[in-house]
Order: sequence, then structure tokens, then C-alpha cells
Amino acid sequence: MLEARIVKKFHGFQLDVEFKTDRGCMGILGASGCGKSMTLKCVAGIEKPDSGKIVHNGKVLFDSEKGINLPARERHVGYLFQNYALFPTMTVEENLRISLTGRDKEKRIQVLEQIQRFQLQGLEKRLPSQLSGGQQQRVALARMLLCKPEMILLDEPFSALDGFLKDTLQLEMLELLKEFSGDVLFVSHSRDEIYRFCDHMILLSNGESVVKGLTKEIFRKPLRVEAARLTGCKNISPIERISEYELYALDWGIKLKTAEPIEDSICYIGIRGHNLVPAANPEEENTMKISLAGSAHTTFQRQYLIQNAATLSSSKIWWIWEKKEYESEEMETIPLYLKFPKEDLLLLS
Amino acid sequence: MGEILRTIDWSPLYLSLKTGIVATVLTFFLGIGAARQIMKLNNTAKAIADGILTLPLVLPPTVAGFFLLLIFSLRRPFGRYLLENFDIKLVQTWLGCVMAAFVIAFPLMYRNARAAFEQVDVTMIQAGRTLGLSERKIFWKIVVPIAAPGLASGTVLSFARAIGEYGATTMLAGNILGKTRTVSVAIATEVTAGNWDTAGFWVLVIVLLSFFIVAAMNVISGKNIKNGSGWA
Repeated sequence: MLEARIVKKFHGFQLDVEFKTDRGCMGILGASGCGKSMTLKCVAGIEKPDSGKIVHNGKVLFDSEKGINLPARERHVGYLFQNYALFPTMTVEENLRISLTGRDKEKRIQVLEQIQRFQLQGLEKRLPSQLSGGQQQRVALARMLLCKPEMILLDEPFSALDGFLKDTLQLEMLELLKEFSGDVLFVSHSRDEIYRFCDHMILLSNGESVVKGLTKEIFRKPLRVEAARLTGCKNISPIERISEYELYALDWGIKLKTAEPIEDSICYIGIRGHNLVPAANPEEENTMKISLAGSAHTTFQRQYLIQNAATLSSSKIWWIWEKKEYESEEMETIPLYLKFPKEDLLLLS
Repeated sequence: MGEILRTIDWSPLYLSLKTGIVATVLTFFLGIGAARQIMKLNNTAKAIADGILTLPLVLPPTVAGFFLLLIFSLRRPFGRYLLENFDIKLVQTWLGCVMAAFVIAFPLMYRNARAAFEQVDVTMIQAGRTLGLSERKIFWKIVVPIAAPGLASGTVLSFARAIGEYGATTMLAGNILGKTRTVSVAIATEVTAGNWDTAGFWVLVIVLLSFFIVAAMNVISGKNIKNGSGWA
């Protein structure tokens, strides 16, 4: 159980976050430079907040009012650094051994067990610079867990790895985290990673926690415009409310019917690119005549940039279509109309 | 040459090496210690402290000698205090040679150590802390080994500077054969006395010694240069 409130001024902006987590993995999602890593460092005790309070399992780690600031070494927090921070002059074995105390024989046994557990056999005598990125990560994890931390902090653990390796290592880490019974904080700018690892999350934007809650719930209904952007919603438009169930999307030049009532606090509408569907009948609800403004394709997706055909000054809208077959690059014909299904519209404040 | 080798008094070389070694050991630990403390200061305090510690490098050695005399002269309170209470005398003694060499060589060690520490990735220190290591262990087991090439070159440079010290040495320790006359002092003395052969011999000794020291340093630090080959 971790409760934290952290206020810190740095780089010309203020970090002010407050969160609570009880077991399981909590994600902290945010764009680069929004204060994610700083939050983690404050929890670990390697940076000092200007004010706030951090309590873990009843133990006060930091309290500015009472003047408590427990040094990092007494916090029992495992920190996996973005660059893994393996000690470059030490071999794998020495890296694992350094945090252990006790008799030499016991140390050796513990290191040996950890080497087997993390499948590092054969790498004992290598230096970190002689390891691949994935191996380095395994050593860093092994080293961190040898200290028996009560809480684990993961700082962008996969950002230094390339694609193929990433997927395998993510599965490995998922297994590992399942075994761990304490709190885990997972910082990332990748919504996919957060979605995969974390059952609940907070969203940071400009040093503030914008949204907190269950990950799946936030991805399904972001509620806030920053949350919609960070969870990958590319199409967002300011709105004018027409009636309880109807609005006008200013950037897109289209009237849309909604499934839910539009509260006064709602000022934006969003729709994910893959939720747009081709429509045959222009008279259907929430349908727009489109013209194509551009297209780009990734391996398994077609991405089209479309526009309202009626008003060419309108903003462009991303429409994403999963490819069924890898080979076919272009669709034979671009549909004339796209529908904005009302159950997929995201009402945002 | 044979004549010189047969008649020469070797004490200056012996004194120079002894002074150099003792002064280098002192600069090694104190230079590293100073660099470590300075790294913890804020920027303003750092700039001021750094300025003071680096001064002996840029000032003429005679100025350093002047200040040393000001402190350790037996006619001054501190010098008298040392002599009366601890029987320590720096003026006109070998200890004075060591002190002069130490003061002059110190900035080289300190600056190299500091530059080496500044190159150490702070996440190494932070990682050490989250792993529950003491600050002492972090410094000696993690930081110092990473900074080792820089520390080694600092040590070698300090040693080279220490064995060649002249200005501050003559002012504080004087020029007593067999006691405080180091090689560099001997060179000046022999030239003044017109003994160009002996002076030339000592010059040769100092040039060769310095060359080997610097060459050794290049071999040590050359191993750690990753991207040196791109320049050719």
C-alpha cells in the first residue's frame, strides 16, 4: 500500500501528483518530460520533493511537515533504471553480489540461485558492456530483486530495447511481476506497455495527475481530453452543444448524435481512428461525406487522413483500417462516406 | 660521462624520487577527498572552492613558496607552534620539500579526479543507493573504479610535477646538499657554479624520467579510449 503526494518545482514547471495504490501494478503514463521519472525518483528517495508525504505500508518515507526524509538505502525500494545502471567495472556476478551482506558462502549461494533463476548461466564473468540489451535488463532485475524490495519501481523498462526483443521480455517480466507480492509502479510513455502491465493507472500531463483509475476503464472512456490524447485517440474536436444528445463538432464541421447525455462540462469530442466505419447510405446517422487528404501504411494497418468533403477548411481526421491481408497495400476504392458510430464517441471535458 | 657517473653525488635523485612519491601519495588521497567533497557543493560554493584549490596550478611557484613561508616560518606563530608542540619543522628540511611538492602537485590530482567523477553517470550512484549500499561503499566500489583512468592520469601527472618542483621548494626547503637539494634544485646550483656537465647530466635524468612517466600514462589511459581510432 503506497500513498504519495509529491510537490516539486523543476525545469520551470511544477510537479504536483497525488496517488494511492494497493498491491498490483500501477502505471504512470505521460509524455516525455511530464514528471513521470521524477515522481518515481521521489518515491525511491533519490530526489527530494519540495513538499508532500510518502507512506508505504504504514512506514513514512517522506513527510515535509514532520521533516522526515528516509534515505534511499533504508526505503527497501527496488528501482529499475531506464539504462539499467549496471556497474560497468563489475562482472555480472559482482553486480549481483554487491548488495548482499553476510558470509561469503551464503552470498555465493544466493548469487548462484539468482543466476539460475534469471537464466544468466555462462554470463557470470562478463562485463555489462559485453551483454545484449535484454541480458542487461535481466541482470538489473536480478540484482534489484536480490535486495528483497518491498516495492518495485520500473522506469521505462523497455525503452532501450528493440521491437522483437521487447515483446519477449515483456512476457518474461509479466511472469516475474505476478510472483511479486508488493506494490509495483510502472512508468512509461507507451500506452501499450501500460495497458499490458497495469491494472490501474494515473495519467500525468504537465506535472499533474489528470486521470486516475482502472486502466481498461480509462482506455475505454478517457473522460478528459489529455487522457484521450495519451491513450492514443488521434481525432479530437472542440464542440458546441446543441441539445442533450446532439452536438456540433467544430473542427470537423459535422453534427453528431451521442449515446450519452452531453453534460455542461463536456467541451470536446473524440473518436479513435479504427472506430470510424465506411457507410453505404449517406442518410445514416452521424455520417460524413469524405475526401482523402493523404495516406500512410504500417505493416498491418492502413492509415488514411480524410476530411469533410463539404468544408475543406475542416481539420483532418485519421481513419485506421486493419489490413486483413498483409500484401494488399491500397484499398481498391476509398468509401464515399464514413460513419461516426455514436456508441464509440468519446465525450471529453 | 664516465667521470661524472663515478664522482657524482646521487642524493638529489634519491631525494627527488622520495619527495615525489610521498607527495604523490598525499595528493592522491587528499585530491580525491577534495574532489568528492566539492562534487557535493552547490554551484557558487563549488566555483569558489574550486578556484582556491586550483590556484597553486596557475600561480608562480614562488608565490606558493611565499605563502608557505608565511605559514611555516619559525618566526611566525603557526611555524613556531608546530616546532614547540610537535617538533615539526618545515623550513630548510626535507619535510619542506614534500610540503612544497604537495602544494604544487595537488591541483593536478584534484582537477583530474573531479573531471573523472563528473563523467560518472549519476544513475550509478542512485542505483547504489536504492540497492541499500552505504555512501562509502558506493564511492570506493563503484565511483572510483569507474573513474580509475582519470585518477591514474592525475596521479601520474602529480608525480611528474612533484619530482620537478623547484620554485616553492627552494624558498621553503632551501638548497642543502643531501638534505633538501632535489634534482631540479641541483640543476640550478650546478649551472650557477659553472658545472655544465653535471647540470646537463641531471637535465638528461629529469627529461628521461618525465618522458617515461608521460608515456606510461598514455599506455594506461589509452586502453580506455573507445573512439580514438576515428581520428586517424
